[in-house]
Amino acid sequence: MAAAVLIKNLQKSYGDVQAVKDISFTVQPGEIFGLLGPNGAGKTTTIRCLCTLAKPDGGKIEVSGISVVDRPKEVRRRLGYVAQEVAIDKVLTGRELLQLQAALYHLPKAVAKERIKQLLQLLGLTDYADKKTGTYSGGIRKRLDLAAGLLHQPELLILDEPTAGLDIETRIVVWDFLRKLKASGTTVLITSHYLEEIDALADRLAIINRGVVIDEGTPSQLKDKIGGDRVTLRIREFTPVEEAEKAKDILQSLPFVEEVIINTAQGNSLNLIVKPGNNSLSKIEQSLAEIGLPTFSLAQSRPSLDDVYLAATGQTLMDAELAAVETRDLKKEKKQQMK
Amino acid sequence: MSQRITSSKAKSILAPNSSPAKQFNYTGSLWRDFIQETLALTKRLFIQLQRRPSTLIAGVIQPFMWLVLFGALFSKAPQSLFGDDLSYARFLAPGVIVFTAFSGALNAGLPVMFDREFGFLNRLLVAPLASRYSIVAASTIYIITLSFIQTAVIIAAGAFLGAGLPSLEGLSAIVLIVFLIVLGVTAVSLGLAFALPGHIELIAVIFVTNLPLLFASTALAPLNFMAGWLQVIASLNPLTYAIQPIRYLYLHSDWTLSSMVMNTPWGSVSFGSDILVLLAFDALVLFTIQPLLRRRFA
Repeated sequence: MAAAVLIKNLQKSYGDVQAVKDISFTVQPGEIFGLLGPNGAGKTTTIRCLCTLAKPDGGKIEVSGISVVDRPKEVRRRLGYVAQEVAIDKVLTGRELLQLQAALYHLPKAVAKERIKQLLQLLGLTDYADKKTGTYSGGIRKRLDLAAGLLHQPELLILDEPTAGLDIETRIVVWDFLRKLKASGTTVLITSHYLEEIDALADRLAIINRGVVIDEGTPSQLKDKIGGDRVTLRIREFTPVEEAEKAKDILQSLPFVEEVIINTAQGNSLNLIVKPGNNSLSKIEQSLAEIGLPTFSLAQSRPSLDDVYLAATGQTLMDAELAAVETRDLKKEKKQQMK
Repeated sequence: MSQRITSSKAKSILAPNSSPAKQFNYTGSLWRDFIQETLALTKRLFIQLQRRPSTLIAGVIQPFMWLVLFGALFSKAPQSLFGDDLSYARFLAPGVIVFTAFSGALNAGLPVMFDREFGFLNRLLVAPLASRYSIVAASTIYIITLSFIQTAVIIAAGAFLGAGLPSLEGLSAIVLIVFLIVLGVTAVSLGLAFALPGHIELIAVIFVTNLPLLFASTALAPLNFMAGWLQVIASLNPLTYAIQPIRYLYLHSDWTLSSMVMNTPWGSVSFGSDILVLLAFDALVLFTIQPLLRRRFA
């Protein structure tokens, strides 16, 4: 069976900006695949190439074994696309927008009517269907856009930042819906710069940074790869530096502790990397008690995708995000994408 | 949010269609697909018009004001100035008909440009359209329909203001001429909507072409009123080739394809060859924008 999406050595530049330098990944049929990376990493450009909206400069892109460049029309039939910013015609009602969409995908009228009815119901949009989309909230719009993307029963649904800018409640609704979609056999490709989103949804993911894939795998594979559990320790709510230093010295001598960092930004709490295993917390607590230090809070967790990202790029996703905001010329990018 | 739908029902609604080509019968009838998508896109434009009719209302009021104001401006001009016993209203009506149609057509690209800017065009471009020319076709159908409505209003208003009313045969000729000029200019505007970077630039182009082309045509004054150099420009202006035959229809109850409709610096032009010039203009424009559209639609 051909891969749902095959991207190999994709390259794409806009003017002198090399948005995608070398991206390769494979999405298997029926899985939710996540593209994780900060804004400006090349996620949207990759998606645009995949959706036939942009022509790649080099590399191979296939959807179910069909070349996107050579047979774009066949690819378009097979995929649904939900853009980051929902482009809806404010003057149309939700139903009219779906009817237009159905005609663009050449659904016979009877089929279109039935599909629209079903999807409106399934997405809880029935009450809004005959109101103008200009009156919709962000969450309702997103749901309408999901319905539009699914009208023609695509094999592959592509969502660019599906919950960016949405409230928590809508985010949960969208996540829930995407899980249902997966359960029904549709392949889902999402991009996100939210770690939790990818962690919660994706069966597998690729981390993208500056136009290249820096790692690919299941979330737990990637986490296991960097190894160690994370322990966060607060001796007091606000710990004096001397106490933190003292604790650091004693904890570093423990055999299962690999690294101890004092996080001054968090009231001198201590971040530890420890070997996975039991009893780490009680041993830590015990060692502190021996030198007369209390324990305000103590928690152990597996490494997060942010730790994966940090290990791969040397900066946290948040920092990369902030750095990207400073260097990006969004106006210029938009202009180039319109070409 | 899906209380009324069981999970197994939801599953079947969301399940992918394993053979889209089969179920939706894509193959076989590209024409039917093309017509379906063109009609759907046209319908959208008319829904917009119905819910936001201000463009159409303004588009009907404006030519009416042209007729009244310009008519009043020259109302005391010597009677013989525009030809024997010819009122300026009668001279002006054809100019207003063509200019109104022209302005409307020149704006045809704006909605497409906004669709590009707001990302709505992407929705169309990721869809498996039979041909992306349906986007262009829908805009053209819409603009031509609007122009016909405006033309009808101007003809009626003109008749009311003393411009007279051509025969039924003449009216059909007017419809044909308006169609030809609108088709060409709409194509130019749509081409620009895909070629220019944004709506600011498109509006700028519309701004600098609109009135100059009006004044460099025979809409407001006959050729022999103009400076020699302007006569040359006006004789190259497609608007003139739309205005002159309509004016002829307004002034003469009997006309044939060999009737002379204007005297350019390089000779007279007959009704028939005038229509050929308009056809050539359309052909030239459609040919020129092809590569532009194809680059976008590749």
